[in-house]
Amino acid sequence: MPEHRLLLRRHLGVDFTKLENYLKHGGFKMWAKALELGPDGVTAEVKASGLRGRGGAGFPTGMKWGFLPKDNRPRYLVVNADEGEPGTFKDRYFLEEDPFRQLEGILLGAYAINAHTCYIYIRGEYWNSKNVTEDAIQQLYKANWLGKNIQGSGFDLDVYVHSGAGAYICGEETALIESIEGKPGMPRLKPPFPANIGVFSMPTIVNNTETLAAVPVILEMGAQAWSDLGSPRNGGTKLVGVAGHVKNPGLFEVPMGTPMREIIYELGGGILDDREILAVIPGGSSCPFLTKDEIDVAMDFDALKTKGSMLGTACITVIAEGTDLIKVMGRVAKFYQHESCGQCTPCRQGTGWLHAIAQKLDQGAAGEEAIDLLIDACNQIDGNTICAHGEAAAWPIRSIAKKFRPQLEAAIRARLAAA
Amino acid sequence: MSEAMPDTPQFSTANKQKIVELLTRYPRSQGALIPVLWLAQDQFGWLSTPVMELVAAELKLSVTSVLATAMFYTMLYKKPHGRFHVQICTNVSCYLRGSDDIVAMAREVLGIEPGQTSSDGLFTLEEVQCLCACERAPTLQINQDDYFRVTPESLRELLTNLQTVGAKLGPRPGWVDEALAGHGSHEHGGHHHA
Ligand SMILES: Cc1cc2nc3c(=O)[nH]c(=O)nc-3n(C[C@H](O)[C@H](O)[C@H](O)COP(=O)(O)O)c2cc1C
Ligand code: SF4
Ligand code: FES
Repeated sequence: MPEHRLLLRRHLGVDFTKLENYLKHGGFKMWAKALELGPDGVTAEVKASGLRGRGGAGFPTGMKWGFLPKDNRPRYLVVNADEGEPGTFKDRYFLEEDPFRQLEGILLGAYAINAHTCYIYIRGEYWNSKNVTEDAIQQLYKANWLGKNIQGSGFDLDVYVHSGAGAYICGEETALIESIEGKPGMPRLKPPFPANIGVFSMPTIVNNTETLAAVPVILEMGAQAWSDLGSPRNGGTKLVGVAGHVKNPGLFEVPMGTPMREIIYELGGGILDDREILAVIPGGSSCPFLTKDEIDVAMDFDALKTKGSMLGTACITVIAEGTDLIKVMGRVAKFYQHESCGQCTPCRQGTGWLHAIAQKLDQGAAGEEAIDLLIDACNQIDGNTICAHGEAAAWPIRSIAKKFRPQLEAAIRARLAAA
Repeated sequence: MSEAMPDTPQFSTANKQKIVELLTRYPRSQGALIPVLWLAQDQFGWLSTPVMELVAAELKLSVTSVLATAMFYTMLYKKPHGRFHVQICTNVSCYLRGSDDIVAMAREVLGIEPGQTSSDGLFTLEEVQCLCACERAPTLQINQDDYFRVTPESLRELLTNLQTVGAKLGPRPGWVDEALAGHGSHEHGGHHHA
């Protein structure tokens, strides 16, 4: 199956944390092209490529950049490197192994939107990522790829790493903005959107690490060529992960729209001990689970939606037959309860119920009627919260309760019999 | 909690300089709050009330706003922690790859439960959320170091080595045994609801 090597360059065996190596392999060549195109030209190219945000929501990047108001307020570029969605391990690659890709994307993006300050918000637990990225930034300042009058262009840009401190919710863009401002990471009501009132009340673009890392590649190959790589409306290549019960867990790069089955069985090497698949999570634990009969689907934003799930971060978790789904559900519920910021009652209380019911089920202290309670609790969260964290908890759990009822019932009966 | 830090804490000269630089990165001083709390934690071991007051004074912020932020983030310690903070991922992918056995081994070797700190101040054990290296599950982090594809045997060896190293190093700065200091339990509620 076609693996691509545009973004993921481990096969070259080059130490891309050294600027000289990055430059030797064509790094920062796109700066000259950006200057030729001008800021609007860069935005137009990104728009034409159809690039959609790699943070999970798939919002068209060029369109987002175009939403900035035409006024004189200072603008900020904020990079979302808070990777925390359970099951995900893709931004870590850029942060630790190819940090200049993201930084070149930042330079191009900042130029396009006329921002002179960029914060890279890196998850607190990513110590190595923070160190490598910080070191890369210092190398760029020394070589005048950051700072004042970059390469004599007259363009100024400062880039700072801002470390998170252990709160998944800060991956939500408005919580992330609050966190850069030094506050608790409580998501804001939208509107206003960050493009108008973002960090320090100024117009702000928040983009995921992989989104920005794709920008130099797009400028280099051209919008059309990038867009042609993927499926319609889902242009380009995408980093995809495979983890869980597979023989060859890892991170790969494929064209958008590659069949999920091929990713699991060819790149992922198939299921451990050649077992059957029980369930698949397409892109992080916020995504509704798929059954083994639902994996004949293209890995892109639109196709997964038609299956009632989401592409999310495109890091797949494979769960093999024989796994206790009550345990899995318990881990999912615990996570979302622990990470709820607590400001909306349906999310705070609802995730608490989900976790409590899951625990009762695990202890053999609840019967099959608890499955309906779970579905009911999920329905009460859905659509009633400030940010999507509530749904991120409700959707996967409801999908387990609805699609895997026979397995749950068997697991419940086994516990009741043992008690 | 002030008896935990009897002297009025002061930032080191290096950290004072670092704070001046951090303040230039943000248009409002509160932007530097989380970075400065990290510096404080690094120097003092954990964020006691006097340390948070120091941070508030340094950034000209109210103590309440410093407290509200510090309370929200799990990696900012509001209690003394062990020299080695053993954080085992127990989320889905690691569960599928045997994290229960990893936790069991840590409990056996350290003699403490998740959420507890050993009374010699050397180890805090915790179950944590996905460390986002799921393709190399099961995973754990000890202080700033990642460990991937951990097995119960490799963990036993690692922890035994750290016990030897820890015996020489002693606890973190700012260590006080909370039970001895009269604060009751050693539980570290990981929850960040203020
Ligand atoms: C609960 C929650 C957690 C999120 N976590 C992340 C994250 O860790 N990284 C990320 O890039 N986006 C995350 N997002 C999405 C961001 O809010 C935002 O859509 C994204 O950063 C935009 O960048 P993009 O357009 O380049 O995808 C999260 C959203 C929610 C609701
Ligand atoms: S949905 Fe949950 S996480 Fe999001 S703002 Fe409300 S309480 Fe906070
Ligand atoms: S589940 Fe443990 S690293 Fe992701």
